[in-house]
Parts: sequence; C-alpha cells; structure tokens
Amino acid sequence: MKLKAVKSLLETETIFEASDERDNLEVKNACGADLMSDVLALSNEKTLLLTGLTNPQVVRTCEMVGITVIIFVRGKKPQVETIALANQLNIFLYSTVKPLFEACGLMYKNGIGPEEMNYI
Amino acid sequence: MFLQKQQILNKEIESFDFQSGGEASSNLKNILNKLGVPSQIVRKTAIITYELEMNVVIHSLGGEITALISEDELEIRVDDSGPGIKDLDKAFTVGYSTASNEIREMGFGAGMGLVNVKRYADQIDVKSSKENGTHVKVIISLANKE
Repeated sequence: MKLKAVKSLLETETIFEASDERDNLEVKNACGADLMSDVLALSNEKTLLLTGLTNPQVVRTCEMVGITVIIFVRGKKPQVETIALANQLNIFLYSTVKPLFEACGLMYKNGIGPEEMNYI
Repeated sequence: MFLQKQQILNKEIESFDFQSGGEASSNLKNILNKLGVPSQIVRKTAIITYELEMNVVIHSLGGEITALISEDELEIRVDDSGPGIKDLDKAFTVGYSTASNEIREMGFGAGMGLVNVKRYADQIDVKSSKENGTHVKVIISLANKE
C-alpha cells in the first residue's frame, strides 16, 4: 500500500512533509503504540508509526528504528519541538482524527499485515 | 576497521532532560553509519543505546555514555551517579517498571528497557548500588553479521 493511499484512507492532515516525494513509498508494515519501548522491542525495518503520543521522543524513537512516517491519532497535534526534530531528521508527520484502534484496523483491512515477530 | 579499541563517542547525559535525551544515541548511529557498520547492527546498537540513555534521563541523577569500537566488536558503557537499581532481577523482567505516571504518560516505563537491551546485546554486564550508581557494559559483536 502506498503512503498516498494511507493518507487518503486515514484522511490525514499534513503537519510536516518536506515534499510529496514519499507518496509512492510502499508501506509494507506499520506499528501502533503509545509506549516507545514497544516500538523499540520490534526492530524489524518498519515504515510507519501510528501513535497518540506527541512529544519529541516519539521522533527520536522512530529515528532509532528507521521509521520515516508518523501519524498522530485522535486528531492530536505534536509539540513545536517535535515538529522541529522531525524537520531535522526528515521524518514526515501527519494527523488523523481516527482513534488508534480504528486507524490500525483500517490499515490492516487494506492489506498491511502484522509485524513479523522475529527479532534481530 | 580498528585493530585496537577506539573511543568513538563520549557524551554526558543530564537527568530529566527530555529535550536532548536521545542525542547521544543519534550521534552514535550517525558515526556507525559513516564507519560503514551494517545497517542491522546499527539499528540494534541504536535501540540499545537509546534505551540505556533514556534510563539515565528518567531514573538517574545524570551520567555519561561512551562507545568504543574495534574490528570485532562495539562496546557501549553507560555510567550514572545513582541512585542505583533497587532490584536488578526485577529490572530484567518484562513489564516491570518503577517509572512514575508522569513518565508513563510520556511513553516510557513500559518495563521493556533493559529487556530490550538484553535481547539485542551479545553480552551485558550491569553493576548497580545506591552508593556507586549504575554501570552498564554492553558488547555487540561485529563479526560474521549480515
């Protein structure tokens, strides 16, 4: 599923993207979590994080595991510091009014499967 | 790459500095990428150092993180000045956390920090006491990977 389709499916509002260069990015798997250690526990290369957390450490966590797209759920807007760090690290930020469960469910229904649980 | 172990990072970490927390791990990730370390090893090293760095930010009075590299391995040392881990065995139990509600609301305190570190480290040694603080040494092998 392309990022462009994910954005359309979740009716996202763009918070930060350097350009639309990633619209054709293939989102093969995703992660939905509000606990950063849960994101770090599965270190498979991931593309996208759905979360309700908005502080800069969300961006830091994504940097560590190579996630390049964050979608904030429940209409949440990140802190200014979060946007600044995302800008610096070129991590794209979006917001959707959908809650985490529904956002994950919609993506799952549209072909984004579960993460493989094999650790490095 | 390096015949003898060379220091590639040494950074102070301040207690409760959630703005800068993670910078040391970010720096180390960039250094390892520049050195041509395989991406999977860079990713697991980043996870280990970030978990340990945030532990210092969340739980300690401050500390430092040091990284050394040789041809065969990476060594990460994280030293803080206290107050120490009360129960080390419990600290390695999935889901166990002493983090406050305030910390949990920030997305930490899942009780996975040291668990994640142990999972990705090839060797880990933790010494902790109230008097001397916590000292973690992690070895990540660079041999025969990828």
